[in-house]
Amino acid sequence: MEVVAIPPFERFYLAHREEVFGYLRRLLGQRAEDAWQETFLRALRAYDRLEHGRHLRAWVFTIATNVAMDELRGKQAESLDDESEPAVELKRDAFRDLEHLTGDLPPTERAAVVLRYGYDLPYDAIATALGSNEQAARAAASSGVRRLRRTHERHA
Amino acid sequence: MNVTRSFSNITPNLDAGFRAAALAEGLIDVRYDLLDSPVGELLVAATDRGLCRISYFPERAEDEIARTIGRRLLRSPLDEVKRELDEYFSGARHDFELSLDLRVAEFHEDVLRELARVPYGTTTTYGALAARAGHPKAARAVGTVMNRNPIPIVLPCHRVVGANGSLTGYAGGLDVKEKLLALEGAR
Repeated sequence: MEVVAIPPFERFYLAHREEVFGYLRRLLGQRAEDAWQETFLRALRAYDRLEHGRHLRAWVFTIATNVAMDELRGKQAESLDDESEPAVELKRDAFRDLEHLTGDLPPTERAAVVLRYGYDLPYDAIATALGSNEQAARAAASSGVRRLRRTHERHA
Repeated sequence: MNVTRSFSNITPNLDAGFRAAALAEGLIDVRYDLLDSPVGELLVAATDRGLCRISYFPERAEDEIARTIGRRLLRSPLDEVKRELDEYFSGARHDFELSLDLRVAEFHEDVLRELARVPYGTTTTYGALAARAGHPKAARAVGTVMNRNPIPIVLPCHRVVGANGSLTGYAGGLDVKEKLLALEGAR
C-alpha cells in the first residue's frame, strides 16, 4: 500500500483551517470561532498518534463535526445568533444559501447535508464524521434534503 | 466545484489565538520561524530545550524536522534567536548565548562542541578540528559532521576550511561560506 507521509502540523493546519472554519460557520453561526480553535486543538492532541497521512481532510471534518455536535446538542435552547459580533459575510453563494437553508435542520441532518453538498465529502467519510455507518449517513442527508424541500415548498 | 477564495475568514486574532493556545497546552514539538538574512531566508527551529535547527532550505527542513524530532511543528516567532542572529549579521555579536538542543550521535557532539570553540573571525582545518576533538585521524569524518551540522552559523562550520586554505564545501553554498567569513573579517 502506498505510504502517505503525515505532513508537519503547520502544513496540515494551513491546508484545512479555512474550509473547517467555513463548515463550522455553517453549522454554528457566530459560535464557530471557539469551535474552530477547539477542532484544531483536538487535532493537535491526536496528531502524533496518527499512523498515516491518508484521509486527513475527512479526519479534520470528523473532529469539527464532533465539536459542532457537542455545541449544538449542549446549547440547543440558545439562539443561533445570540452574540453581538456582526456576521462574517459569506462570499461563496452556494454556501450562503446552504447556511440559510440548513439552519433549521436537526444537527445530524444539517452536518450530513453540508458535508455532502457543501464540501463534497463521500458518504463513507460523512459516516465517520457522524460516528455512524454509510447507510445512516445517506439517510441523514436525504432526510435533510426532503425536509429542506418541504420547508422550501411551504415558503414558496 | 470551482470556488475562488478572495479573502480569508481566519483573522490574525483567530490564528494567533490558536497558536497561543497550542503552545500554552504544551502540544508543540518544535516551534519554527522564517527569517530574512543577508545570506537568504533561514528557517530557525527550537524545542523546549533550545535551538535545534538553522536551515538554508526551509521547506526541506520542515519535513526533515517532522521526521526526526516531531511532526507537531508550528510556526511561531523565536524572538531571542532572531535577535542574536540579527546582531551577528550586523557585526555586533561575536558569540551566541542561545541554548541548543543537539540530538546528534556522540562523535558528532564531540566535534560540534569543539567547533563551537573556534573563535569568531578565525578559521581552522578539518584535520585540526579532528585532533582537538580527540580523533586525530578523522578529518574526513569531521567533514561529514560539518556537512550535517544541524545549527550552522551558531555552530560555525563556515570557519572550517581545507588544509590548503581552500573553502572546500558548505551546505548553504560556497558563496554563503565566503560571505560569512568576509562578515567576520576572516578573509
